[in-house]
Amino acid sequence: MSGHATFEPQNKYVKWFEDRLPILGLVHSSLVAFQTPRNLNYWWTFGGILFMFLMIQIITGVILAMHYIPHETLAFDSTEHILRNVNYGWLIRYMHANGASMFFFAVYIHMFRGFYYGSFKGPREGLWILGVIIYNLMMAAGFLGYVLPWGQMSFWAATVITNLFSAFPIIGEPIVHWLWGGYSVGQPTLNRFYSFHYLVPMILFVFVILHVWALHVVGNNNPTGISVKSKQDTLPFHPFYTIKDAYAIVAFLLIFVWFVFFNPNQLGHPDNYIPANPMVTPPHIVPEWYFLPFYAILRAVPDKLGGVLLMFGALAMLAVMPWLDRSKARSLTYRPIMAVFFWLFVIDALFLGWLGSQPAEGIYVIMSRLATAYYFLHFLIIMPLVSTFEKPRPRPESIMQSVLDKAGDASPAKEA
Amino acid sequence: MIKRNHMMTSKSVRKALLGLATVSVLALPLLAHPAQASGGAATPHTQNWSFAGVFGRFDKAQLKRGLQVYREVCSACHGLKRVAFRTLAEPGGPEMSIEAVKALAKEYEVQDGPDDEGEMYTRTALLSDYFPSPYPNDNAARASNNGALPPDLSIITKARGYLRGFPNWFFDLFTGYQETGVDYLYALLTGYEEEAPEGFVLNDGMNFNHYFSGNQIAMPAPLSDEGVEYADGTKATVKQMAKDVSAFLMWTAEPTLEQRKRIGFQVILFILLFAGMMYFTTKRLWRGVKH
Ligand code: HEC
Ligand code: HEM
Repeated sequence: MSGHATFEPQNKYVKWFEDRLPILGLVHSSLVAFQTPRNLNYWWTFGGILFMFLMIQIITGVILAMHYIPHETLAFDSTEHILRNVNYGWLIRYMHANGASMFFFAVYIHMFRGFYYGSFKGPREGLWILGVIIYNLMMAAGFLGYVLPWGQMSFWAATVITNLFSAFPIIGEPIVHWLWGGYSVGQPTLNRFYSFHYLVPMILFVFVILHVWALHVVGNNNPTGISVKSKQDTLPFHPFYTIKDAYAIVAFLLIFVWFVFFNPNQLGHPDNYIPANPMVTPPHIVPEWYFLPFYAILRAVPDKLGGVLLMFGALAMLAVMPWLDRSKARSLTYRPIMAVFFWLFVIDALFLGWLGSQPAEGIYVIMSRLATAYYFLHFLIIMPLVSTFEKPRPRPESIMQSVLDKAGDASPAKEA
Repeated sequence: MIKRNHMMTSKSVRKALLGLATVSVLALPLLAHPAQASGGAATPHTQNWSFAGVFGRFDKAQLKRGLQVYREVCSACHGLKRVAFRTLAEPGGPEMSIEAVKALAKEYEVQDGPDDEGEMYTRTALLSDYFPSPYPNDNAARASNNGALPPDLSIITKARGYLRGFPNWFFDLFTGYQETGVDYLYALLTGYEEEAPEGFVLNDGMNFNHYFSGNQIAMPAPLSDEGVEYADGTKATVKQMAKDVSAFLMWTAEPTLEQRKRIGFQVILFILLFAGMMYFTTKRLWRGVKH
């Protein structure tokens, strides 16, 4: 964070403060003076959108926690109480539930942006891995949160997912009982899940700070994937990207409020409005939509341990991506062959998601196997091979040059 | 040669939005609910509900009729334990007068206590009380219903649903169609058959219903023509009563629906306006800046 030297407060109180705790300089260097490539497109606004959703989840979550009761006979009633009797409780609850979905929707776009433009490649490996950690923490938070209303799907999702650990030989069973705090999912389980659901987003928040910090060391990637070479290539973050991000955030909010006010239960499952009942197993236990691709991978093989290992393996692929792709060019704009495989991968991921929502039987299992195999093929074979053998197309001299070429004129750019 | 893949701002906005739309369209199958146990059950039909859609509102007269059907028919077996009497007078519901609701509550006895002597006692219900359930517990309910449990109906319309199938689920995301539960309820109540079809083996004490999973349900057809006499003179056909009680149970499940949709419309308008202003601000700021 070298930029903070540029912050020279005029006000003597601000200066006094800055000399003792240079936190304003930090903000200034990250959000005002930060040099940002001038050619970022709208796919780059999702970082800001994600940050907004993190704040929405934390704020609505804290309010929900004031009314929620983590008790097996009261939890369901307390969420209904929030919907019916708490003033604007319905708003807070529907914002929190749909906010989680929007958060995942945005993070998937954010991640695929990274895939496409090669943001995961050096020197951004650290930034990328922090992102993968954030994504894992998000999944933990999402799963833990889904258990709290203690409806049928909550209860059975908790049962299925915690049971995964029983796949490990010898230690499996004791681990599961330890997680449950008993011999089945029950009061101790709910109580500790609540505690963790409050904790995980706080840890996540810390990782987001680290993520942004790492970003400010290596700088933003950009649609051309070529590195910043001179000041000509960049614009100060403020006002250019503060305003553009704010616009994107407001536009994205439209989707969010549509769901909150007009479709609040569509992304949920009706069974979760039935109170948890350990004696009745729902005909189909399905997780929230954002887990479905991994759920499909989990169920693709007949062996439980195998499924669990595959699922964790699928997540691990993301973390090792920077070393699987060996191309000199970052952006797929200049790698037409890899670009085709990128879209095939997107289709495979969506297909896996659909399979995750289907019963694990017959033709679905076979398709899940094929799609899972392709998932790993993409990372382990296609990525290293294509990146080694595909000769990237010539790239522009600089970001500025690409901007000028695209505008189709050779006159020097007006300085901002 | 450099591929001309970046366009001017407005074009890339459009591109981004298009991309977003494409991703959402592709992602939609993920959002569709997985098959619910249908075990031979027919798919309910989509009904016209006054409370559906962006401007949907409850029909107050219908809610009152539905309340009457609940009280005179369903309440024999089903509770409504999450519904407080006071809410019958609150905005966005049947909006009965306070006097009418007080009088209605007086018809119910609830348990209270312990009193100063430590004894539990019963008293007439107050506005703040909730509808008492017909059975003291689930076992008692099962014992009187051939072993089957009549569920509490407070949130039943949100706890049921059916697969809308392609392309309906897709349109539902944009129309805000949320009425699968109440469609199902209406279908269930009108879906009885006196005689099971040829070759269908009906278990003892069960009834044939087109829409219930497995086609046999322990609940006997609860409605019959003229089963209630509507205070407002509406003809009490089975369909009319089914429609009314379904609408009423949608209200009990989602008592804040009207408030939500009203505020939602204002919020959407505000954000549209705000987004429009931000769009022009962004355009203005970036004008003349090569990017
Ligand atoms: C004679 C008692 C009785 C009456 C009266 C009655 N029900 Fe039921 N109801 C039952 C029983 C028993 C079940 C459980 C059925 C089963 O599980 O097979 C049930 C189940 C239901 C269900 C759940 C179906 C499902 O999908 O699981 C609904 C909804 C329902 N009743 C609505 C109503 C409505 C609305 C009325 C009034 C118009 C009504 N019932 C009147 C006994 C009754
Ligand atoms: C809570 C979730 C997250 C938040 C709040 C968040 C926030 C941000 C922000 C504000 C930026 C800068 C703006 C941008 O480039 O869009 C950013 C960049 C980045 N994020 Fe995230 N992020 C999150 C999750 C993730 C995840 C899960 C990944 C990947 C697995 C990831 C990978 C990256 C990368 C690689 C960059 C640099 C991108 C570039 O400049 O090309 N992030 N993040």
